[in-house]
Amino acid sequence: MAAKTCSIPFTGTAEQEAKLKEVIASHKGDKGALMPVLQQAQEIYGYLPIEVQTIIATEMDIPLEKIYGVVTFYSQFSLNPKGKYTISVCLGTACYVKGSGDIFDELSAKLGISGGETTPDGKFSLVDCRCIGACGLAPVLTVNDDVYGRLTVDDLDGILEKYQD
Amino acid sequence: MDMVNIKINGMDYEAPKGTTVLEAARLANVEIPTLCFLKDINEIGACRICIVEVSEKRGEAMGPKRMIASCVYPISEGMHIYTNTPKVIESRKKTLELILSNHDRKCLSCVRSGNCELQKLCKDMGVDVESRYDGEKTSFELDTSAAHMVRDNNKCILCRRCVAVCSKVQGIGVIGANERGFKTNIACAFEDDLANTSCVSCGQCIAVCPVGALYEKDSTDEIFNAIADESKTVVVQTAPAVRAALGEAFGYPIGTDVEGKMAAALRRIGFDKVFDTDFGADLTIMEEAHEFLDRVKNGGKLPMITSCSPGWIKYCEHYFPDMTENLSTCKSPMQMFGATVKTYYAEKIGVKPEDIVVVAVMPCTAKKFEIGRDDQNAAGVADVDYSITTRELARMIERSGIKFNELPDEKFDDPLGISTGAGVIFGATGGVMEAALRTAVETLTGEELKSVEFSEVRGTDGIKEASYDVAGMTVKVAVVSGLANAREVLKKVESGEADYQFIEIMGCPGGCVNGGGQPQQPGWVRNTVDIKALRAKVLYDIDSDMPIRKSHENPAIKKVYEEYFGEPGSEKAHHILHTSYVKRGLYN
Repeated sequence: MAAKTCSIPFTGTAEQEAKLKEVIASHKGDKGALMPVLQQAQEIYGYLPIEVQTIIATEMDIPLEKIYGVVTFYSQFSLNPKGKYTISVCLGTACYVKGSGDIFDELSAKLGISGGETTPDGKFSLVDCRCIGACGLAPVLTVNDDVYGRLTVDDLDGILEKYQD
Repeated sequence: MDMVNIKINGMDYEAPKGTTVLEAARLANVEIPTLCFLKDINEIGACRICIVEVSEKRGEAMGPKRMIASCVYPISEGMHIYTNTPKVIESRKKTLELILSNHDRKCLSCVRSGNCELQKLCKDMGVDVESRYDGEKTSFELDTSAAHMVRDNNKCILCRRCVAVCSKVQGIGVIGANERGFKTNIACAFEDDLANTSCVSCGQCIAVCPVGALYEKDSTDEIFNAIADESKTVVVQTAPAVRAALGEAFGYPIGTDVEGKMAAALRRIGFDKVFDTDFGADLTIMEEAHEFLDRVKNGGKLPMITSCSPGWIKYCEHYFPDMTENLSTCKSPMQMFGATVKTYYAEKIGVKPEDIVVVAVMPCTAKKFEIGRDDQNAAGVADVDYSITTRELARMIERSGIKFNELPDEKFDDPLGISTGAGVIFGATGGVMEAALRTAVETLTGEELKSVEFSEVRGTDGIKEASYDVAGMTVKVAVVSGLANAREVLKKVESGEADYQFIEIMGCPGGCVNGGGQPQQPGWVRNTVDIKALRAKVLYDIDSDMPIRKSHENPAIKKVYEEYFGEPGSEKAHHILHTSYVKRGLYN
């Protein structure tokens, strides 16, 4: 087994780290401070990679595993930075019965990432979502604010093509 | 104490206010089955095996029957508790069937077959179909990265006992629940290998695991092969605490001394020499007492902290790297023993060290890590070749077809089987300190001790302190077991709040008798019996019956110094019996 860490290099700055330490200091001695600290850390960095979690573990004297357990429990926390384009595949009931599961798997294979991850070049993130209210177009995916409906797996290359800038 | 009136299965009882339903039932001699529950350690009401029906007073009337988890639910005045209704039994059975639905049911080849808590509960609750809910199964890669153990999450039932013992009792917390729902699994941060974390290999997680998800790496096949190899001289040594617990694997009550049968069994398995780590313990005391006196006289680093427990050593290296100079440079008794066998004894019997195989039977899993450390190879080959747990020895005895309970009591072989009462108490918290004091005080005063028993450092408390006036000098000592306790004491030493000269630290709570390699006792025994105290009593009883109770009076020890090492702390002794440490730190 290898550690499941983010493949995108960490680019945190000294300012971000100082800000995070300030946040931690402001919660010193508070019981249950981990959640607000994690939320604010995610605001500062956009995500919670091992480097950020290690700072929190060291500063708050909490085992790294405990932090990782909390981060992976709540869907509000992300281990990966958001890509330039977030591809969100609807896995709600209507889309799912129309084959959005296959769409999701195909995208995952094409991009070489699992759900919740970002491609190493920082371009695409892949997530799943529940109903976006476009069931008539099922199966549906969105790329940032663009909506694509009535999809088949054959449409995917064409869609990805549009976001090569 | 305020008492509360309750009814259990129609019978009237009284129990102290604030008691849980589980505890109140236990006081009434009604045993409610549990699975995730560990008293004071894991009280989370997660597994729902301890479910019972209760009806509580609502004004004058009784409320409806409700299902509650008895391990976390407090009793109330007038409560009616039903522990064996069809509804309760059906609920427990269903819970077990649901656990089984995502459990790797390879029971026949499971290391815990025969002493699995899940298996016993299934039998007790009449689970007759293993695959009633055969749905999706999660599949996990085994974590075999660590030197001492394997994690097989396909067998894990998510009771979180291992998580609780690691974080609360040991203060380490390198394992925990990751993800959620169906994907929940117990592992390390970022799903990293256990070997890459600050795990200290204490094995307390294995000791509390109710199923076969956690187990030591087994070396029994290699040892049988070494014994079968005629070109090898295979020497075995057994740690003090093993004799106090091995009997449990053969049906003896907790706290039975099986030293004689153990020696007999080892001989019948086929070891060429059956020696005793107690000799190594006596040797350790000679070196460690000398080192302590030397540090006191010559302004060395104080407090000096004992170095027998490899779990503690690794903890110090990870969590208190700046205090590794405080660690005694003495190798552990197991390593001193191995080093002595491959140097002194090898010369004596005229066998090359590489043709000697030293097997150590230990109550410990961290010893498996220790044998592979650097600077543990006095003769140019590993001091100890295999370190096996008490459980592995039990397996070897069974596999050899030896009727353990019918064996005669036999003695260890000479000369490295000769030991003292000081050596045998090494297996309990306070034992190393007491043994060291017996020798250090007599060395310092030049007079014979009136009483060799230092009762202040005995007992199973996690932190003990004492102060002794020795030859006009006050010696402040602390005795600590369990690593969360160690952290507490070391923080005080770091801050200057405590000014001890000598500290004994053992990684496991209660010391080696409660080590991670000892026979597993199920939750319902752990929750009701002080296992470590019963096992420790075995060692103190052996000590009080020994003719020689001070390490420096061991004739075999005197001889090995005369013939080989010279004086304690000599250059030769340093080369063979001492070691060095690594500053590991955290998250590197």
